[in-house]
Amino acid sequence: MSFDAHRCPNGHVTYPGHTVCPECGEEQTETADLSDETGEVVTWTTSTATPPGVREPNTLAIVEFEVDGEAVRALGQATTEEIETGDEVEPVHVDELREPGVGVREPESQEWDGYRFGPT
Amino acid sequence: MERVAIIGAAMTQFGQRGAWVRELLAEAGKACLDDAGVEGDDLDHLYVSNMASGEFEGMTGVPNALAHDLGAMPAYTQRIDQTSSSGGAGTYAAWQSVASGASDLTLLVGGEKMTHRTTAEATDVIASLTHPVEYKHGVTLPSFAGMTARHYLEQYDAPRETLGKVARKNHRNGVDNPHAQFRKEVDLGTILDSPVIADPLRLYDFCPITDGSAALLLCPESVAEEYTDDYSVVTGVAGATDTHVVHERDDPTTMGGVVESGEQAYEMAGVGPDDIDVAELHDMFTILEFLQMEGLGFADPGEAWEAVEEGETERDGDLPINTSGGLKSKGHPLGASGVAQVYEIHEQVIGDAGPRQVEADVGLACNVGGFGNCVTTTVLEGAR
Repeated sequence: MSFDAHRCPNGHVTYPGHTVCPECGEEQTETADLSDETGEVVTWTTSTATPPGVREPNTLAIVEFEVDGEAVRALGQATTEEIETGDEVEPVHVDELREPGVGVREPESQEWDGYRFGPT
Repeated sequence: MERVAIIGAAMTQFGQRGAWVRELLAEAGKACLDDAGVEGDDLDHLYVSNMASGEFEGMTGVPNALAHDLGAMPAYTQRIDQTSSSGGAGTYAAWQSVASGASDLTLLVGGEKMTHRTTAEATDVIASLTHPVEYKHGVTLPSFAGMTARHYLEQYDAPRETLGKVARKNHRNGVDNPHAQFRKEVDLGTILDSPVIADPLRLYDFCPITDGSAALLLCPESVAEEYTDDYSVVTGVAGATDTHVVHERDDPTTMGGVVESGEQAYEMAGVGPDDIDVAELHDMFTILEFLQMEGLGFADPGEAWEAVEEGETERDGDLPINTSGGLKSKGHPLGASGVAQVYEIHEQVIGDAGPRQVEADVGLACNVGGFGNCVTTTVLEGAR
């Protein structure tokens, strides 16, 4: 799968996409794949009390990418607990980030694969 | 527009309760009607604040169940779900019903039954409010708090210990609240050495999982004295939203819904942060007390922790915060919490808070849903 940020004609970029650009209300007409980009860790945590079907501990980070000069952030699991604010990381594809159907969310209602962040 | 008074208030014991949601709601609702000396069939409107009775115990349609149990038929009923801020949203809805003239007597009851579920299950029910791109990573509300706390401490060079002092204060305040889940002082060493839940936050940075209910009775101020001399007036109330996807906010330490709902509530009440004598803030996590203090103008950005260090938010400080013990020691039965916050401010401004009483004419309650996703702020003044 791709790791798409969404862009409106006015250059605002979001991840994930929305029905209209939250900034200006225009339709988001373009995408930018973040999967080959690197980003910087804005903040992170290691959660030791995780919901059903989620790995424990679960290290999570908010990572900032840059798309044509515009900053866009994404939340994701980290591949390692050894992570610090300011680290440069890259997306690493994972088929199943948590076990579908174990938690309350209807398994068919969303995707379960995605990208973890690992050190470059 | 009618000015709206709160003429009755009640709450159940918060904690691990044998009662189910319908029984908890009825317990607080009946106590509130008794507090004002009215009967169920006097009600025009009956509102229930509740996040997830269907998900937690397979019980839906709770407002109608409550109407029947309180003998309130044919009162109009409505359920208000705004996740953790359902109680604040219910306060807003109940105020609207009376202010608009649609109802002359409205009962609001907030409640949640949670403790029969495991912590993991309850955490997942709450985390189900997140966007699919967040949920699939196993994010929880506590993990948002961990990431935000780290960012705050790093950005403002604040010591980790300062968050522990919020927990210590709220536990100390809770000792004097007979309805609180925990009535025990906790020393700073215990707090700072407790198990890590979402690094850098530890067990004592988080509120517990709780069963409980709270209720308020509202009528036009013009007729309030027909019921009681001890009433408060809702002089300001407003709600606002921020992004659903938490990482899309420019500054993780600013909660836009707090700022916006606070500004609107202040404007409606004709007051500012300096006029507030006592506040109940949504301390689901210790870091949230800082974010709300700053969002509501009680402290400049990055400086709330200094006010805490200087003791300004203690019960004997310039601005006592969470005299009830907060969600931290009182407990957090989701739909009940916002109602219980207003209950505490009501008790404070009418001078009925017992050992928790502070000098207060004007008080504020800020109820936060999601991780700041939706927020309601209420300003109360004692009757003059």
